[in-house]
Amino acid sequence: MADRFAPGDRVRTRTADPPGHTRLPRYARGVCGEIVGTCGRHPLADERAQGLDSAPRPVHQVRFRAADLFGPGEDGRDHAVVVELWEDYLEPADPEGDPR
Amino acid sequence: MSTTHDDGPLAARVRHVETLLEERGWLADGELDERIDAFAAGGSPANGAAIVARAWVDPGFRERLLADASTAIEELGMSMAAGLQVQPLVAVANTADEHHVVVCTLCSCYPVSLLGPSPTWYKSEAYRSRVVRDPRGVLREFGLELPDAVRITVWDASAETRYMVVPRRPEGTDGLSEQELAALVTRKGLIGTAAV
Repeated sequence: MADRFAPGDRVRTRTADPPGHTRLPRYARGVCGEIVGTCGRHPLADERAQGLDSAPRPVHQVRFRAADLFGPGEDGRDHAVVVELWEDYLEPADPEGDPR
Repeated sequence: MSTTHDDGPLAARVRHVETLLEERGWLADGELDERIDAFAAGGSPANGAAIVARAWVDPGFRERLLADASTAIEELGMSMAAGLQVQPLVAVANTADEHHVVVCTLCSCYPVSLLGPSPTWYKSEAYRSRVVRDPRGVLREFGLELPDAVRITVWDASAETRYMVVPRRPEGTDGLSEQELAALVTRKGLIGTAAV
């Protein structure tokens, strides 16, 4: 099965707050970023934490602008934060269009 | 549990659980110590310093390191396979225009089997919560004042990959040997909270 996302895609992170363990940090929920790399396929940490079998799936490096995560900084300067996220946490930034 | 960690209720609780596991025969006497020793064996910031020094003197190695660090470090006899599971290693290199800094905002992920235990501040809530939001301010508190034009990228080790920073080679080090260069590299430099 083809991966849902590839480097260069614009994605939006999910907003839901799951009841158990997750590796989608709270500060990076519901935010748009760009996939800048892919780091292999790994079982989903959320499922492993519940003792469930979990099929390996792609994990992506998603680059966010700090202003999109935290709002404009006091000094007006921006930086970038790259977060490593399972594809389960991601949806296309533009759901109508093809992310490619 | 190490016998040097005999303080605090957490150690007592761990010791209690360890005893229960040993009584049931699920854990051999001393097995936990052996596992921890095996995991930590050879893990030291000296490994990271050797990797950086090689990248400084060998452009081909630097290229391979930045493309696939897990494979490149095998050239130095190192491996990311020493832990409970193989963790991919990614090396990110500072340049005149961009500075990298590593954090694990969710817990304290760090290439322990390669670089040894992480510093205490790396695991602190203050560092983990602030460096993603205000890296320039946090780095200034570490004594690292970056020029305004330098872009900062923070890497949050939120999944399976472990990260290390390749600092810029200091000026005036042309005459130094690879070993002498390695001696310049600090653990903070490998995390990105120091220039080297």
